[in-house]
Amino acid sequence: MASAAAAPSLTERYTQAQARNVALFVLSVLAVYVLQPATPIRQMDFWLPTASLLLAVIAWAATMPLTHGPLARASAADMLIVAGIVLAIAATRYVDPLSALITRTPAPDVLLVLSMLVVGMVAAFLIARLIGPRPAWTWGILVALLVLLVALKLEPLTQLLAGALRAWQGQLMAAASAADVRWLGFSYLFFRLAAALRERAAGKLPAMSLREFITYALFAPAWIAGPIDRPERFLRDLRADFRFNLADATEGGRRIALGAFKKFVLADLLALFALSEANAAQVRGAGWAWLLVYAYALRIYFDFGGYSDIAIGIARVCGIRLPENFDRPYLKPNLTQFWNSWHISLAQWFRAYYFNPLTRAMRTRGWRVPAIILTGQLSTMLLIGLWHGVTWNFAFWGLWHGLGLFIHNRWADFAKTHIALCTARPTFHRALNLLGAVLTFHFVALGWVWFALPDPGLAWQMFGTLFGLWTSAP
Amino acid sequence: MDLRTLTRILSKALTWFVAFNALFAWANTPSNAGVAALGQLSLYNVLWPGRLRLPYGDDPDRAYNLSLYSLEAMFASHVVSRPADEFRVFLIGDSATWGWLLRNEDTLAGQLNALGLRASDGRAVRVYNLGYPIMSLTKDLLILRHALRYQPSLVVWLVTLESFPSAAQLDHPIVRNNAPAVRALINAHHLRADPDDPRFVTPTLLERTIVGQRRALADWLRLQAYGALWGATGIDQHYPETFEPAQRDYDADLRFKQFAPPELPKSALAFDALDAGVRMVTEAGIPVLIVNEPILVSQGRNSHLRYNFLYPRWAYDTYRDLLRAHLAQREVAYIDAWNAVPQEEFTNSAVHLTPRGTRLLAGALAPALSALAKQR
Repeated sequence: MASAAAAPSLTERYTQAQARNVALFVLSVLAVYVLQPATPIRQMDFWLPTASLLLAVIAWAATMPLTHGPLARASAADMLIVAGIVLAIAATRYVDPLSALITRTPAPDVLLVLSMLVVGMVAAFLIARLIGPRPAWTWGILVALLVLLVALKLEPLTQLLAGALRAWQGQLMAAASAADVRWLGFSYLFFRLAAALRERAAGKLPAMSLREFITYALFAPAWIAGPIDRPERFLRDLRADFRFNLADATEGGRRIALGAFKKFVLADLLALFALSEANAAQVRGAGWAWLLVYAYALRIYFDFGGYSDIAIGIARVCGIRLPENFDRPYLKPNLTQFWNSWHISLAQWFRAYYFNPLTRAMRTRGWRVPAIILTGQLSTMLLIGLWHGVTWNFAFWGLWHGLGLFIHNRWADFAKTHIALCTARPTFHRALNLLGAVLTFHFVALGWVWFALPDPGLAWQMFGTLFGLWTSAP
Repeated sequence: MDLRTLTRILSKALTWFVAFNALFAWANTPSNAGVAALGQLSLYNVLWPGRLRLPYGDDPDRAYNLSLYSLEAMFASHVVSRPADEFRVFLIGDSATWGWLLRNEDTLAGQLNALGLRASDGRAVRVYNLGYPIMSLTKDLLILRHALRYQPSLVVWLVTLESFPSAAQLDHPIVRNNAPAVRALINAHHLRADPDDPRFVTPTLLERTIVGQRRALADWLRLQAYGALWGATGIDQHYPETFEPAQRDYDADLRFKQFAPPELPKSALAFDALDAGVRMVTEAGIPVLIVNEPILVSQGRNSHLRYNFLYPRWAYDTYRDLLRAHLAQREVAYIDAWNAVPQEEFTNSAVHLTPRGTRLLAGALAPALSALAKQR
């Protein structure tokens, strides 16, 4: 009797897993709307989340070889649930206390939303049933997503997009600004959808119901800032037997508390005196300049690391083990190890879907190794830089790290053959590691100057101040 | 981890949380004593250079400065809290003394320091800016009381009519939120203000806990953090590229607050606070110099009725007569610098000076300062 009471029945466990999955699905859809800030363009706090949802549905339709099996039937029901949630959110406009509860401003007219939904669902149905997951369509959608990403990262294009959206909403086009289109979560949605499309093209993507796919693509804890999970890994956790357990909940709670401390205490405090566009031009000497740079380096780590901890912690409570995103990056003895421990999920994404295919292709074309490394590292880091925004400062930041990685790669090759004997001595090895960690941290910290200052001229001026060549302050 | 362990951890955490809050609330009795004690801990003058004026600012992101109520934290962040062998002159006053829109080197303290005055014993005269951008003699008294801990050799107190009306003495947040100190002043110097005035903020038990004092604690922490940018940039206020100049044309309005000509009764002005300050300083064996600070004397429309936006002529003239007679009767050193600065040397108000205007004022005060320094 005692063991029967301690171990829940299969039905009970199944119910818990199902309930968890339904809750994650519904909450993730709702979170996309709740987290989206209002923009100067009317009703974008409704339409941008809806667009995220629609992109996820289209990507799913383009990747799933659906037959008339149970998955298809379940997905049809999921589609109706999604439509129901969107319509319910739109309907909040008629209930005054709820009208600004989910979206920041009242949602658009329900009939308009309904007609848009019908068009979207028909499109998804046609893609799923008539066109199917053909490689050409997979690539087509991937390119479309990429174009959208570039449009959102490149200011003149974002401004054009803002103008078009303003025209649609009957607002003054001349007032369009890039800041009008603040599409929360799109960058990370792009990574997740692109991963699914690429896995599909490689034939590795398992069949997923619409509910599972949407939960993966819009997963609430990781919606804003990752980590970027891979679909097959995420699906494993989602389909695994789940029963709320205290160990996971405690560990999740610990990560959430740790993340909140990093983000809301350490990072927010450091932000008060971290390097910024304003203070870079005012700083009075090299010592102070270094202090601001160190503060920025720590602030960005605690801020992003804190967010990741919170996301990982929340997911852990729900039985999902998101990948780690940071592993003491500032203590690593070289730049390669730094990039293996900083924003790990992003670095792995680029490695899997860009760097490895590129270097493989170059090898098969007979390129020499140094040229492969240089091209691969530079272009990968340049893309990572430009992903933060298509501006010169992010490009320089990417190139800074690309060159650093190349130089380290060459140095590691040289060191392997020339100073292997010295490094065999433990004391020397430890000293070398310490020196490496100090040098790597400072290389990364100096790289943050490019990252933090939008104007490369100001960044250059800051380098001068840091090395005592001149002072920034008038 | 089982449920029992988790429950034990959570109850321990809750107990510690309640205990720390209760302890903090107890230490914070009668009112914010704990926060005051914490305020004395400071990174300024240790890791960061001390500030050259008291912390004040409503745009922290650009000014690297903020307003807070803890006088202990404010003084601990000021360079005045660092002892030094020098002839220490403390300037007490309002925003004009603090240096609104002025860089530190352009404030009155900065300009007086630039003169390189020396005391009779050869020590350098170092002038400290203890102005605070609030117009209330009671606020000045509060700051003065605190400042006496830092061994001034001379106190220069700059006043203007706007700081005098008795009814407005307790209106300002820094006065209201330092109720125990202000009440102590009221009782010790028999000031006319009511110690039970409802404007005083008296925190309840819950408001004295860590949770209740989170704003004060965060302000203290932010003040320490902004010290890095103060040190790095030397900036402690936001200097806008443009500002609206002080008004030069006025309506034909003769009222000053609730007073209409010709009555500005002395009893409605806080001369009791002025006396208390003078007494507090002189009893400590420190000379004091009262300065009626310069005001904008406009030549615009209706300037025959008003000197400026703040003062109708009749009220200001009455005030000057009252102040002069009051200080003469008590033999207090006094300089009436009301018209020492021409109207074009005012910035955005009737009392805020340009760097050149401040230099003129410094020049007007320097002989008296030098003479008082030589006497000591």
